[in-house]
Amino acid sequence: MQRSAYKQGVKDGIPICLGYLSVSFAFGIFCIEQGLTVLEALLISMTCVTSAGQLAAVPIIGQGGSLIELAMAQVIINLRYSLMSISLSQKLDETFNARRRCAISFMVTDEIFGVASSQDGKPPKEYFYGLMITPWFGWAAGTLLGAAAGNILPSVVITALAVAIYGMFVAIVVPPARDNKNVLYCVLLAIALSCIFAFVPFLKGVQSGFVIIICSVVASAIFAYLKPIEEGRG
Amino acid sequence: MDFKTFLIYLLVTAGTTYFVRVVPMLLVKKEIKNKFILSFLYYMPYAVLSVMTIPAIFTATNFVASAIVGFAVAVFFALKNKSLTTVAIASCLGVLATELIITYLL
Repeated sequence: MQRSAYKQGVKDGIPICLGYLSVSFAFGIFCIEQGLTVLEALLISMTCVTSAGQLAAVPIIGQGGSLIELAMAQVIINLRYSLMSISLSQKLDETFNARRRCAISFMVTDEIFGVASSQDGKPPKEYFYGLMITPWFGWAAGTLLGAAAGNILPSVVITALAVAIYGMFVAIVVPPARDNKNVLYCVLLAIALSCIFAFVPFLKGVQSGFVIIICSVVASAIFAYLKPIEEGRG
Repeated sequence: MDFKTFLIYLLVTAGTTYFVRVVPMLLVKKEIKNKFILSFLYYMPYAVLSVMTIPAIFTATNFVASAIVGFAVAVFFALKNKSLTTVAIASCLGVLATELIITYLL
């Protein structure tokens, strides 16, 4: 057991955990509004760990909707995790057997993917475990608190916590974008596409999971074609 | 809804979500050599995170102004190579301060 790698993972997981607390707190409140119980809200968060997916699932569950609709919504919204799993598979060293791959797949989230893929080389498996454990607790604890006691925290504090995740994303993207012009232009293209989907009237209705996939795949594919990375990089 | 029915819904939600995560992780075991795919996987995380941040961050708070401050604070500290935690907390504090100023002082 490499304690230092595990500790570093836990440390890097703290901002994710903070962000998750606020997002899942809001999710807990949402579940109660949709007619679910506190236990049901908690179980969903403990077993799914997907913000957009859970937000889509709860109204379907609350209304007793169709299971096929539920499954399709989950696949579409969460398809980006497949891309992230492919990318993360390249970060795993030879100690990752099938069982360990199954274990860490459970916690492939946007934020954990972002932090793990910003690491140099292949981090030891303890790093992944450390990185995943605190956010999982944060996600579950926030849901429980939100569902059980949604209106205890002043709303301004919840609002402020809501940007923690975005702040973390900025911290991951900005340094490489500053040091590498190609990353910068790729990021700017992705942002431009994302804004088009957010503001152009008939594109506004596109599922957020699709928007993320389309914008990031198009921008990355264009730059992979125009500006392929040097050997040994990435 | 009774608890048994809920468990079926839970199983479908958790099962499909896990499925899309675990399948690629189990299938892609070899090191990818193709230069285009490698380059694509190199750019993709940054593109994904940017798409999720902008424009969503600007509607995540009560006032656009506080989100702009939070974003600017995050970029400022990120440019100085501060840790993820520092950048995230500074960004939250920026939002908190701006929201309090707008609500109580302006």
